[in-house]
Amino acid sequence: MKIIVGGKFKDYPEGLRLSALIKQENVETPEYVTVALNDDFAEARTFDEIVLKEGDNVEFLYFMGGGGE
Amino acid sequence: MSFSKEQLERYSRHIILKEIGVKGQKRLSEAKVLIIGAGGLGAPAALYLAAAGVGRIGIADADRVDLSNLQRQIIHSTNDLGKEKALSAAESMRAINPETRVEAQVCFVSADNIGALVADYDVILDGTDNCPAKFLINDACVLAKKPFSHAGIIRFRGQLMTYVPGQGPCYRCAFREPPPPDAVPTCSQAGVIGAMAGVIGSLQALEAIKYFTGAGTLLTGALLTYDALTQEFRKIRLPRRESCEVCGTHPTITAPFDYAGAVCEIAP
Ligand SMILES: [Zn+2]
Repeated sequence: MKIIVGGKFKDYPEGLRLSALIKQENVETPEYVTVALNDDFAEARTFDEIVLKEGDNVEFLYFMGGGGE
Repeated sequence: MSFSKEQLERYSRHIILKEIGVKGQKRLSEAKVLIIGAGGLGAPAALYLAAAGVGRIGIADADRVDLSNLQRQIIHSTNDLGKEKALSAAESMRAINPETRVEAQVCFVSADNIGALVADYDVILDGTDNCPAKFLINDACVLAKKPFSHAGIIRFRGQLMTYVPGQGPCYRCAFREPPPPDAVPTCSQAGVIGAMAGVIGSLQALEAIKYFTGAGTLLTGALLTYDALTQEFRKIRLPRRESCEVCGTHPTITAPFDYAGAVCEIAP
């Protein structure tokens, strides 16, 4: 199936869970990533339950704490 | 108030823009902006907003200028080493535009002072260097119904979003709560490219200018991410979260608060 990850089409097997996608995509500091799935935020505790489907749009959002110092 | 001949010349490149004009320039001259942090983001934002003729600018920072700051914090110069950043920044801003009223606030923001600080201004720019401060600014602005620009930078990447009361999500809608101390890298640990900080800080200044003049559309409901290595900008749609602790339907945060350890995380 084709899903959109960070604005790019990617091919993944059917039945892929969000937690598995996070591993496959080598997400940095996965414990603290925010995931926007289609038009909603996915709760971290549900990453293992969410089964992705064709056409899903996944965005990984990261903490960027810098700015001053 | 009408502009003097000198002011018309100073702001002529703004005034000629149909999106700004004399009307927009007048709005800028009446605008009050608070910039929290006179660092990598605050430096370019403060310089551009002073140059743009923003009437009043507060600049808050308790740090002193350190040699390692000068690679990116272009509002300070080598002669300013050891000086309070807020004072050093204020001097540079006044030098660019003596008409801007600059208010240097030599302090770190905390739950105790942030309410009074933001109350005095129309728009707040977050140029802080740590996540707990970013949540503090978010909560204080949401509670005080103040628009603000959030931004963060690390290594070659940066991101920003704009919150306007009643128009889309706040920072906490997406990011919920700060990660534990040291869970995500800071610029002093991981490094940051100076010119990239300049890009993001300038974008924050642009958001403020657009807010006051009504030009274009703001980054409300969107996170703009920038990767300097690939020169890619991406605008990611951000939904509002009804269950948000501060801007949601049943907020549980009703006053700004400090996360434990936040103060000692602010590196000199
Ligand atoms: Zn919110």
